[in-house]
Amino acid sequence: METIEIIGALITLAGSIFLVLGSLGLVRMPDLYTRIQAGTKASTLGTILTLFGLGLIHLDWMGKLIILILFVLLTNPISSHILARSAHYIKTPVSKLTKVDKLKDKETEKTSEANHTNPEDEL
Amino acid sequence: MINTILTIATVLIFISFILSGYRFFKGPDTANRTVTFDVMTISSIGLIALIAHFANRIIYLDIAIVYGLLSFMAVIIIAKYLEKELF
Amino acid sequence: MNLKNPAFLFAILLLFWILLSNTLALEFLIPGMLLIVLIIVLFCRNCKIFDGAKTTPKAFIYTLVYIFVFLGELIKSNFDIARRVLSPKLPVNPGIIEAKTKLKSPMGRMILANSITLTPGTFTVEIDNDTLYIHSIDIDEEHLDDMSSKIIRRFEKYLEEIYD
Repeated sequence: METIEIIGALITLAGSIFLVLGSLGLVRMPDLYTRIQAGTKASTLGTILTLFGLGLIHLDWMGKLIILILFVLLTNPISSHILARSAHYIKTPVSKLTKVDKLKDKETEKTSEANHTNPEDEL
Repeated sequence: MINTILTIATVLIFISFILSGYRFFKGPDTANRTVTFDVMTISSIGLIALIAHFANRIIYLDIAIVYGLLSFMAVIIIAKYLEKELF
Repeated sequence: MNLKNPAFLFAILLLFWILLSNTLALEFLIPGMLLIVLIIVLFCRNCKIFDGAKTTPKAFIYTLVYIFVFLGELIKSNFDIARRVLSPKLPVNPGIIEAKTKLKSPMGRMILANSITLTPGTFTVEIDNDTLYIHSIDIDEEHLDDMSSKIIRRFEKYLEEIYD
């Protein structure tokens, strides 16, 4: 019984270390998209490990913690995805290191096409 | 033994709050601040669970569930607002 | 087995209710069951979660394999991020690439996009019909097509057995 609790505490510790690394990524990364990369992944796994470790310490809490884990696993990627989408839509500046931007190419293509074919629709 | 390890974990989560707080105040625009806000709320779910352990009360986990739901809603609403689809 | 059967939905919702209330006492179960019946009557017609899901035994095995592959990738991606953040030079080489998927059902595409978000160095920015726009932290300019197909195939080969 004692060993499983210590394993749970160590898993919780590992989760909090990942959370610190994710925040360090938020501080160090050069632009919004790379910050989302660091933030989302680290906070998802960090929180999951923290909750799972606590579940090993209190085995009777496991049900609620599993609900929380599923919830974080489903919603966190969606919120980061929708945030990146709106950020790209309002043209948040990307870092100078960025090499290719296919989404921007598509958007400029679409607007120029619209301007060529039916310019009167806008009026 | 277990409480020592968990106290270290709590301190580490607070350090992560301080690091993301730096980005929250410095962040050049709203989108950057929202990313930081998202990371901070998701980590505070873990923090609430740790507080539930220290207080030995399972009822605090319900607060964590509602808190996660509200933060998810908040991020989506801010994103929609940035896209100017709310008007 | 038909996944759109209301009894299946009832069983899933009841499982969640038991996990959430953390007890099997009858005074918790009966209000839960009443609520679940209300939810099914009100919302079941518009529920599209299981559209396009397959129910063969092979799909079930692939679901289990998929969960383990996914968890492995999640842990790998965190070590990848940790390596990049801790190295003093900050080795990032970002870019947004496009990739085509063969999956048809909305749920399958949503799971694919979520999985890509949680794998090493990539996340989905936008989905436009069958095209996914993926932000990658480490791109290889000469081999863009190779890269996008590699990112997609890693999960698609499991998901196309589960969803249409």
